[in-house]
Amino acid sequence: MAKDLVIHAEDLKKVYQMGQVEVHALAGVSCNIQRGEVVAIMGPSGSGKSTLMNILGCLDLPSSGKYVLDGEPVETLSDDQLADIRNRKVGFIFQSFNLLSRTTALANVELPLRYAGKVPDRRERARGALESVGLGDRMTHRPTELSGGQQQRVAIARALVNNPAIIMADEPTGNLDSKVGKEILELLLTLNRDNGTTLIIVTHDQAIATHAQRIIHLRDGLVEEK
Amino acid sequence: MNIGQSILEALETLNGNKLRSGLTILGIVIGVGAVIAMLAIGQGAQDTITGAISGIGTNLLFVSSGNYLQEVRNPKPLTLGDAQAIGDQFAAPDVLAVAPIIQGRADVTASGQTMSVSVTGTTPQYFVMQNYSLIEGDFLTQDNLQGNASAVVIGPGVADKLFGRRNGIVGESIRINGQPFRIVGILQSKGGGTFGSQDNQVIVPFTTAQTRLIHRSVMNEVDQLYVQVISAQAVPLATDEVKQILRQRHRTPVGVDDFTVFSQADFLSIATTVTGVFTIFLGGIAGISLLVGGIGIMNIMLVSVTERTREIGLRKALGARKRDILIQFLIESSMLSLIGGMIGILLGWLLGFIVGRIAAASGNPFNPAISLNAILLATLFSAAVGLFFGIYPANRAAGLEPVEALRYE
Repeated sequence: MAKDLVIHAEDLKKVYQMGQVEVHALAGVSCNIQRGEVVAIMGPSGSGKSTLMNILGCLDLPSSGKYVLDGEPVETLSDDQLADIRNRKVGFIFQSFNLLSRTTALANVELPLRYAGKVPDRRERARGALESVGLGDRMTHRPTELSGGQQQRVAIARALVNNPAIIMADEPTGNLDSKVGKEILELLLTLNRDNGTTLIIVTHDQAIATHAQRIIHLRDGLVEEK
Repeated sequence: MNIGQSILEALETLNGNKLRSGLTILGIVIGVGAVIAMLAIGQGAQDTITGAISGIGTNLLFVSSGNYLQEVRNPKPLTLGDAQAIGDQFAAPDVLAVAPIIQGRADVTASGQTMSVSVTGTTPQYFVMQNYSLIEGDFLTQDNLQGNASAVVIGPGVADKLFGRRNGIVGESIRINGQPFRIVGILQSKGGGTFGSQDNQVIVPFTTAQTRLIHRSVMNEVDQLYVQVISAQAVPLATDEVKQILRQRHRTPVGVDDFTVFSQADFLSIATTVTGVFTIFLGGIAGISLLVGGIGIMNIMLVSVTERTREIGLRKALGARKRDILIQFLIESSMLSLIGGMIGILLGWLLGFIVGRIAAASGNPFNPAISLNAILLATLFSAAVGLFFGIYPANRAAGLEPVEALRYE
């Protein structure tokens, strides 16, 4: 059972100091996510969902609480160790794609592997990832030469390429029209079904959330029980 | 991350903003170019000057009145008597010959042309010491000297100006300060030297100069003594002998000498010191422009870090460590300065070459010398400038919080 728990968070708190005022972005969030689950995190803006995603994605550390990601306790790690965890265990997909505009799709997908140390078959793995998102014929194109949906596919390939334990998608369809958004969502769900990749989607689109197996509702930094 | 790939990526990034990278590189190009050119010119000047000094012979001593290192009261002038005493075989066995020199300026006139030249009054030994050779005619003779003769040996520059030719002039007469002299010889050209062109001079017998052309307050006063030593090895011995004799004659056995004896080695070491200081001075000024170029790099890298905050955030989200980001930006700034340095070396070489050409065209042959050391120094220094001025921006980039950087608009 414990082996299949990819995320185990206990009483996560995050406090920001805004001048004189202390802001409790997270006021004690606990959650467990099983390997292979599709989980949506929802909530109104200011509810702390971005903060939670940053902490679950190891971009940020909680002020207090316990967080174990894929068997590794995270809250005591140094910056460089966090970078390593992000590289090996987390794949990010952003609302605004965040591709490097100067380089080709292939080079963008390769980027995580370059920070992973010695990976001998880097190019092949990047190719494979691009093919798995249906962009096998667009490898040498630059992001500016691709449509929004294609750019998000490149971003998904980049998130996949290191075989991470979880994929964190922050409003992955927010910048796309509904038809393309649906395709992207389909792709993510297919990857989940075929590879068993754990998928965490941060969104406030109810339509997307209905595809998730479980929804975590946040309000004022706390998990809302339903 | 692989260094070769990082360098490629840095070049790609710099290429993405050609004008900005180009202007930043230009700052370094000018800085390095100026340093290289100035060092080359300084080195060239040193080579030329030391070459000219070496040309005057290793076994000569120059004796002049006064002391350049310490203050001395009422220095006695050197006289013909001093010259004769030093020429004494028994008192100074290491001295081969002595030539007294008296020098001034005068107007020479012939066939309606007038020019101002340097007049030297001396003895026949002088020609041997100076390694002069003749186009035609003879040097001055002992007879000329004893007879107070109105004979003159003229330089080729004087011949050109007054007669328009260098041959067939022996026997012609010219006027020096209005007094008629007969030309007995024409010197071969020696070109420009450290002490002015030797081509525009006339040489007359010491006795004639003393009585008719150059007047000195003390009887038989001479400006300088040229002393030829029997061999280069004997120069220190001969120097001591000359000093002993002059101390006795000038009654300064203790205390400060009222004369100075210079050897070629002394001139060389002075010239080397002076040109060395000159080179450092020029290089230092040029170094300031390199510093300004370095600040340009820092400026542009800071702008670049701000512009690419999101990119840095993304790279960190994908697993880049602090060190990866630091190295990425340091490589970019080093590339800027290294490329600038390489172009700058070419520019410096070109500048040196042009200066050499201008010097040659204006009659002062001069070879700016670019040493391997200067090139290594400039390359290392420019790379160091890139690293030094890149560290602060790179550190700033590396220290960004991933969350904040990703949120940056």
